[in-house]
Amino acid sequence: MEQFARVIRKDGQTIRYLIVDDSVFARKNLSRMVESFGGQVAGEAGDGRAAIAEYDRLQPDLVLMDITMPEMEGIEAAERIVRQHPEARIIMVSSVGYQENIVAALQRGARHFVQKPVKADVLYEVIKYVMGEDCVVAKGATQGS
Amino acid sequence: MKMELIQPFINAADAVLAQNLNCPTQLGHFVMEEHAYHSKGVAAVVTVVGDIEGRIIFDVEPATATRMASVMTGTERQESEELVRETICELANQVIGNAITTLNDQGFHFKVHPPQVHQGEGTKGNEDTEALVMCFDTDSGKVYMNIAMHYKRRRRGEQL
Repeated sequence: MEQFARVIRKDGQTIRYLIVDDSVFARKNLSRMVESFGGQVAGEAGDGRAAIAEYDRLQPDLVLMDITMPEMEGIEAAERIVRQHPEARIIMVSSVGYQENIVAALQRGARHFVQKPVKADVLYEVIKYVMGEDCVVAKGATQGS
Repeated sequence: MKMELIQPFINAADAVLAQNLNCPTQLGHFVMEEHAYHSKGVAAVVTVVGDIEGRIIFDVEPATATRMASVMTGTERQESEELVRETICELANQVIGNAITTLNDQGFHFKVHPPQVHQGEGTKGNEDTEALVMCFDTDSGKVYMNIAMHYKRRRRGEQL
């Protein structure tokens, strides 16, 4: 895997992620990517309803959220999380990236959208953009896996 | 079946397989079939309902799925039913998601049901619909895609 300079919170702490996808495979891949950016996977969820509960429990810095999932879809889960936690930073990650879907996700509280298959360098840039001034790029690359 | 319905799936499969498997892909044989489809190993069947209706079958042998999983996760994986199912579903979701993104932006509106996985048996398609069967050659093995689709409605502003 490509090597990336660590992206950390401006207070020097590791960025904590909640990864939401009904595919275990997709969750593992995203976990591997965020760890290669120097992040920590605080938790995972397999559907929108579980994502809301996990967000409340973990209060992560960033959520990577799939759209099409059982129980509750990602856009609805994002809206509910943002309603309760307006500061929540949610990036939608889905293979279904048509305009209506992206607009709906952004209107309902998501901060950005990344289309699957996820390119690590694209996700890296989107994470830096969404974290904005609350993150810094630390010197030195992470150990690639 | 119109090529404008099929092309987005070919493009999506080509791009998704090449990126996930980190290798060039080559479109091998490409035939129209009217009889029931028989799976080569493990098949993910995705049903489409809306302006376009039909189904897409994404099909690989278990050993191929295991090799794909190893490449996609960057670690050597042992074959298991769950791993094979997860791999085929994830690839099917990505290919179909990317294709419907293109079709939706072209004005077609439809819903896609989550993949249903069938293992080791013939997967019967709609007998009234001819299907296009294609094979992609990758470094991990062959990936078969079988598409049977027709227009239910034309795009808004177009006449049947």
